[in-house]
Amino acid sequence: MTDLPDLYQELIVDHNRNPRNFRVPADANRTAEGDNPLCGDRIKLFLRVQDGRIADAAFQGSGCAISKASASMMTQAVQGKTEDEAERLFKAFHAMVTAPVTNPAEAAALGKLAAFGGVRAFPARVKCANLPWHTLRAALQAPGDRVSTE
Amino acid sequence: MTTTSRSEARRANRPGPRRAPDVEALRADFPILQRTVQGHPLVYLDNAATTQKPRVVIDALRRYYEEINANVHRAVHTLSEQATAAYEGARAKIQRFVNAAEPHEIVFVRGTTEAINLVAQSFARPRLRAGDEILISAMEHHSNIVPWQMVTAERGATLRVIPMDRSGTLLLDQYRDLLTERTRLVALVHVSNSLGARNPVAQMIREAKARGIPVLLDGAQVLGHHRVDVRELGCDFYAFSAHKMFGPTGIGGLYGRAELLEEMPPFQGGGDMIRRVTFQETTYAALPHKFEAGTPSIADAVGFGAAVDYLAGLDRDALEAHEADVVAYAVEQLEALLGVQLIGRPADRTGVVSFIMDCAHAHDVGTIVDQEGVAIRTGHHCTQPVMDFFGVPATCRASFAFYNTRAEVDALVRALARVRKVFA
Repeated sequence: MTDLPDLYQELIVDHNRNPRNFRVPADANRTAEGDNPLCGDRIKLFLRVQDGRIADAAFQGSGCAISKASASMMTQAVQGKTEDEAERLFKAFHAMVTAPVTNPAEAAALGKLAAFGGVRAFPARVKCANLPWHTLRAALQAPGDRVSTE
Repeated sequence: MTTTSRSEARRANRPGPRRAPDVEALRADFPILQRTVQGHPLVYLDNAATTQKPRVVIDALRRYYEEINANVHRAVHTLSEQATAAYEGARAKIQRFVNAAEPHEIVFVRGTTEAINLVAQSFARPRLRAGDEILISAMEHHSNIVPWQMVTAERGATLRVIPMDRSGTLLLDQYRDLLTERTRLVALVHVSNSLGARNPVAQMIREAKARGIPVLLDGAQVLGHHRVDVRELGCDFYAFSAHKMFGPTGIGGLYGRAELLEEMPPFQGGGDMIRRVTFQETTYAALPHKFEAGTPSIADAVGFGAAVDYLAGLDRDALEAHEADVVAYAVEQLEALLGVQLIGRPADRTGVVSFIMDCAHAHDVGTIVDQEGVAIRTGHHCTQPVMDFFGVPATCRASFAFYNTRAEVDALVRALARVRKVFA
């Protein structure tokens, strides 16, 4: 039996209820949309990238608690990061939701994002956690693009 | 669980006062209903997606492979003859089940989707001209939208949509206005898989036929719940899936009036659908084989026949009444729950209750109730236009079969209380 509290940790429930950076910044210079057609999760991500760093990250959209909390915590985690650092975080997050983190440096880099480790026990929900991160990657690599988890 | 109670539950067409069916005895016919999920007894409320299979169907599949397996309509050896008899026997059972006039009016297909595509490609496509119209409704499954979009786009024809109101009821006045001399076909869902609305198809068919317009019904959500007589309905095509009526996946049927099927060109080319092939030309086989190219899903057709036998042997009126009681109870219980909103309130509802919770997205609800052993569907149910109409990204859907009980509704309600505990 899998444990529900592992999935819906307090931190995730809180970010779902009060998503951070849930706004449309006036000065965004990179955007991308992500959707998960199977669930109906939709996210629009706004970045302001300045001198190779993510100066601001915000999002809009609708979705389940996991995707919304993931977007909220991601926008916090990538503030001030370089594009390379954001890409490394994308990879670390992606790895964490499919297998336990063994590398201490990676665990440290993930910080609070470790809350999403509980998703591992719910394979159908992994894509919910990943959607904002795929959208981030699209915004950085192919701005204006649409990504889909299907 | 005695054999007496089982046979009582099965009494079919016996005169006298109706007895409540012994649902517990019937549940014992379904091996999967005995299992647990996440440490709880399985509460299976996803019957609109697929129904569970009784042991007689599972046995029919096994017996076919253990005792009969051979290709059909080919060899003269004993196994092939027996396989052909079993396959064609299943067709005759399904013919009787829907009261088609002839066995060859039943074409075996993979399911409802393929049945509709067959009609789109073989019936509509050659007939459609620029400016023609095909009429569907606002509550169609994607499988009764996309095939018509494909064929109308190709032919320069137009897809028109019968609107509905917020209760999930089709607007019949507008339907009448949409039936014009340009309408080539009405393709209509009999029972909506996302709202549970049972459309007044008999009346709608009469009105289309009065104008000489053929009608296809998507019956995917019907035959496992209600008796259907295709001749009494007067439809031209009726599409259905075995797996939503306690039979195997991968097999379904298209009923088509012989007169129309005769005129239609084949859907696919290959073996079994020909009479004579040379490199210059091919003469097609007679009905229904003209539409069954290649080796069919023989075992699944035989299993489908077993499912139909099983259903025909039940007291279907009593089970229909029982299922209606459980669905009405679910509506009543869900309506009473704080923070739950029903999506669609059709006056004639059957089998399906869609709802949303204000504190949680449908997918979170689905994950949490699964932890309590309750299986419901969450998402758009392949009816995105219905979700758009109601302005919701997704719904939770509890869908019922005759083997569900009021106690299972109670289990769903308890599981929803847990959702509130996590989120509210």
